[in-house]
Amino acid sequence: MGLLSDPVRRRALARLVLRLNAPLCVLSYVAGIAWFLALVFPPLTQRTYMSENAMGSTMVEEQFAGGDRARAFARDFAAHRKKSGALPVAWLERTMRSVGLEVYTQSFSRKLPFPDETHERYMVSGTNVYGILRAPRAASTESLVLTVPCGSDSTNSQAVGLLLALAAHFRGQIYWAKDIVFLVTEHDLLGTEAWLEAYHDVNVTGMQSSPLQGRAGAIQAAVALELSSDVVTSLDVAVEGLNGQLPNLDLLNLFQTFCQKGGLLCTLQGKLQPEDWTSLDGPLQGLQTLLLMVLRQASGRPHGSHGLFLRYRVEALTLRGINSFRQYKYDLVAVGKALEGMFRKLNHLLERLHQSFFLYLLPGLSRFVSIGLYMPAVGFLLLVLGLKALELWMQLHEAGMGLEEPGGAPGPSVPLPPSQGVGLASLVAPLLISQAMGLALYVLPVLGQHVATQHFPVAEAEAVVLTLLAIYAAGLALPHNTHRTQAPDRGWMALKLVALIYLALQLGCIALTNFSLGFLLATTMVPTAALAKPHGPRTLYAALLVLTSPAATLLGSLFLWRELQEAPLSLAEGWQLFLAALAQGVLEHHTYGALLFPLLSLGLYPCWLLFWNVLFWK
Amino acid sequence: MAAPLVLVLVVAVTVRAALFRSSLAEFISERVEVVSPLSSWKRVVEGLSLLDLGVSPYSGAVFHETPLIIYLFHFLIDYAELVFMITDALTAIALYFAIQDFNKVVFKKQKLLLELDQYAPDVAELIRTPMEMRYIPLKVALLQCFPQCYFSCLSDIPVSVPTHLVCPRTPLSPPAAVHTCENEEQSLLDLFLGVCHDVCGKPSGNHLPLLLPSQLLGFHPRSLWLYINVFFYTIPLAIKLKEHPIFFMFIQIAVIAIFKSYPTVGDVALYMAFFPVWNHLYRFLRNIFVLTCIIIVCSLLFPVLWHLWIYAGSANSNFFYAITLTFNVGQILLISDYFYAFLRREYYLTHGLYLTAKDGTEAMLVLK
Repeated sequence: MGLLSDPVRRRALARLVLRLNAPLCVLSYVAGIAWFLALVFPPLTQRTYMSENAMGSTMVEEQFAGGDRARAFARDFAAHRKKSGALPVAWLERTMRSVGLEVYTQSFSRKLPFPDETHERYMVSGTNVYGILRAPRAASTESLVLTVPCGSDSTNSQAVGLLLALAAHFRGQIYWAKDIVFLVTEHDLLGTEAWLEAYHDVNVTGMQSSPLQGRAGAIQAAVALELSSDVVTSLDVAVEGLNGQLPNLDLLNLFQTFCQKGGLLCTLQGKLQPEDWTSLDGPLQGLQTLLLMVLRQASGRPHGSHGLFLRYRVEALTLRGINSFRQYKYDLVAVGKALEGMFRKLNHLLERLHQSFFLYLLPGLSRFVSIGLYMPAVGFLLLVLGLKALELWMQLHEAGMGLEEPGGAPGPSVPLPPSQGVGLASLVAPLLISQAMGLALYVLPVLGQHVATQHFPVAEAEAVVLTLLAIYAAGLALPHNTHRTQAPDRGWMALKLVALIYLALQLGCIALTNFSLGFLLATTMVPTAALAKPHGPRTLYAALLVLTSPAATLLGSLFLWRELQEAPLSLAEGWQLFLAALAQGVLEHHTYGALLFPLLSLGLYPCWLLFWNVLFWK
Repeated sequence: MAAPLVLVLVVAVTVRAALFRSSLAEFISERVEVVSPLSSWKRVVEGLSLLDLGVSPYSGAVFHETPLIIYLFHFLIDYAELVFMITDALTAIALYFAIQDFNKVVFKKQKLLLELDQYAPDVAELIRTPMEMRYIPLKVALLQCFPQCYFSCLSDIPVSVPTHLVCPRTPLSPPAAVHTCENEEQSLLDLFLGVCHDVCGKPSGNHLPLLLPSQLLGFHPRSLWLYINVFFYTIPLAIKLKEHPIFFMFIQIAVIAIFKSYPTVGDVALYMAFFPVWNHLYRFLRNIFVLTCIIIVCSLLFPVLWHLWIYAGSANSNFFYAITLTFNVGQILLISDYFYAFLRREYYLTHGLYLTAKDGTEAMLVLK
């Protein structure tokens, strides 16, 4: 308690904080960025290893040989699909039954809040078909899921074919201790969400779905498969799920084990794995992969059906077959063997996957960074906000103390106006106005789309996006402080103090649940938040503030993402992609419960507006 | 001052009624920060239904209220919402009048000491005036109504009742006794607490073995030493604060709220409602910024870590308990800061505001 009660030490600390504040802040920020960049180098990044004992030491001999059967099923599926235009439910039911599964269907329908331009759908209705392979010797207490999402843009016929061939092969084995559910969903993620909600008997997204007739026990793990060609050159694995949730690392380790065993080429984020981590090339490539993962996790989108399973505590992965211009190609048998191996090992699980990490970053498929090592990066960035807040508090307190008369006057003098006294009244107005703008940004675009389409010649989706941008820009033009105080300096300092604490709290809470989003927002918002003040080069600060606002961060990350994928965007394309991303963000919030849109509109945008207020304080 | 009080009560009742009917009610009544095994409404309903079936409500480890509560709610079960609102309103009114009385007593005492020249000559700034004390009762009533209404009203019995019935009652009797000795007239606050003391029923049994995920400070049933903390401070505080019973009561309530098993938001809100009474101590508080930040950060992190533990499955109970501990540390430091500020003001009042050491330089007060 020495620091808190000893006045000498406190005074020394206060002087230190006030004098060295700027260098400390800069140092802390640089340390945060440097720590993040250092995550790809060997001491901070470790080799992955299988933590679950039940999946590690068992040997499996894959016997899948149904490549021809898979191709035949795929051709049939594609033909029926083309004929009917939607999922050929009857054919699927027949085939699954002939293979020996218990087949059920589920119909679902959903009216999206506004038409989805990317997938071209508005009133969505479809049917999911799933077959259950009952475990011959167990009591249907646990299950595994193999799912193929079929949408209008990705037919995935080879995936369906492989699924059916695998089902036929699995049916003949006697060692299954868990039920296996083979799920084919329509309208990709919407169908998957409908199935999951009905399976777990909840309704979180307002989907109307018929109840499930057959269930198979608690789902332990799920694999989503997307294959659209007969041969593949590599298998890409996607781990990031809804709201940045990740599956247990053991599942990824499992996939990697079988890739190595079968000699398959596996990629993460579409990039090959560097062999050599000792020189500089490996870590640099790892940095690219890491940045791609950070960007994908920060977006909070479910990058594949697996993303929706994670919310129900089901560890899941998506495997995508890529057919590029390499020479060596693998056929469906190789993919089938890898899947067979994975399912056989998952079959050995005695408990849910819990031994390995749930929160990690992947610079490569066989390298990971655990949360204990990457959290200090965001800690250093938030320290800047803390230091700035402490400095402001001390300045306000000194100013408050200095206002009192040193000599005693007879009779009661005016009791001290603590920074709270003057500040609190004038703080309420900017806080309320910013929160109201945030609320308007959240609620108005979807509510007001019909009004907008009546008055302007735009489609609903465009109306939503344009309303979003309009409200965003309108926030910049609002009147700022309504209170003219005698001490204007104290007013903006108090507001900045509150805004800094608010920002630090939000970024801290976000970083705990979705590190990538927290880190990305902290990198852009922290420096300008610390710098914002009404004195000094106002236009420069205003430009900086606008460039680091949440929307601009989104735009910038889109460009960065495409740059890292080696498919750079031109400005016009980037803008189009940005508008599409805005629409998708709003839509995903309403259809799957993604949290990026509410976090940005209700949390970070009002906070950013407070800094805008501080900048233009009179 | 009746009109603002009535306005505050009307607004509080409206907000409570709105919250009861909103969808937030279900959500909040499940949260562990708000509902504890000691004060959960669901358990009272369970106990009542057991009573109706002719089974003892205390069989099984569900019901932990006193028999008085059972008989009281037996007749009022259909009007539960109304009872909660009325009790909260009555508490606010009682506190309002109690604090008003207390302010009058303080002012009288201050005048007496001024006339008797007990104060040092240069402490004019520290004397409290009726002007600044005018709005304190209203602020106390306001603070009592609103935080509690957002949380406690939906899920538990009004905190004022169980806090005094379920928590250890003995630490509160010394301040009440000291207060009655000092003032001939019975103050309302004293009456309020006295009533609570008199009608307390027999305790319902051992709270300790109940091991549920909650904000229980120690998961281990043998952490009796932690609960004894509630009693440890009574006698030393009584000796030190014998002339200031209301401040003693405030500190004691805060200590109970910190160290009791299964603390909830309602307990914290109860003692925080008294902060406006001591806002003249603000200038002597030294760590208010850091402590407010700690308390706000911990309050925000409670639901985040709960989500990570229970829903995302990635954290575990240690994170949640760590935040509970940090929150309690923040509270303890806050209370000790207030205590220090109080003592410092008393010292300044009798020894003058600008202290000089023997060689004429400015002296500093250090708490040893």
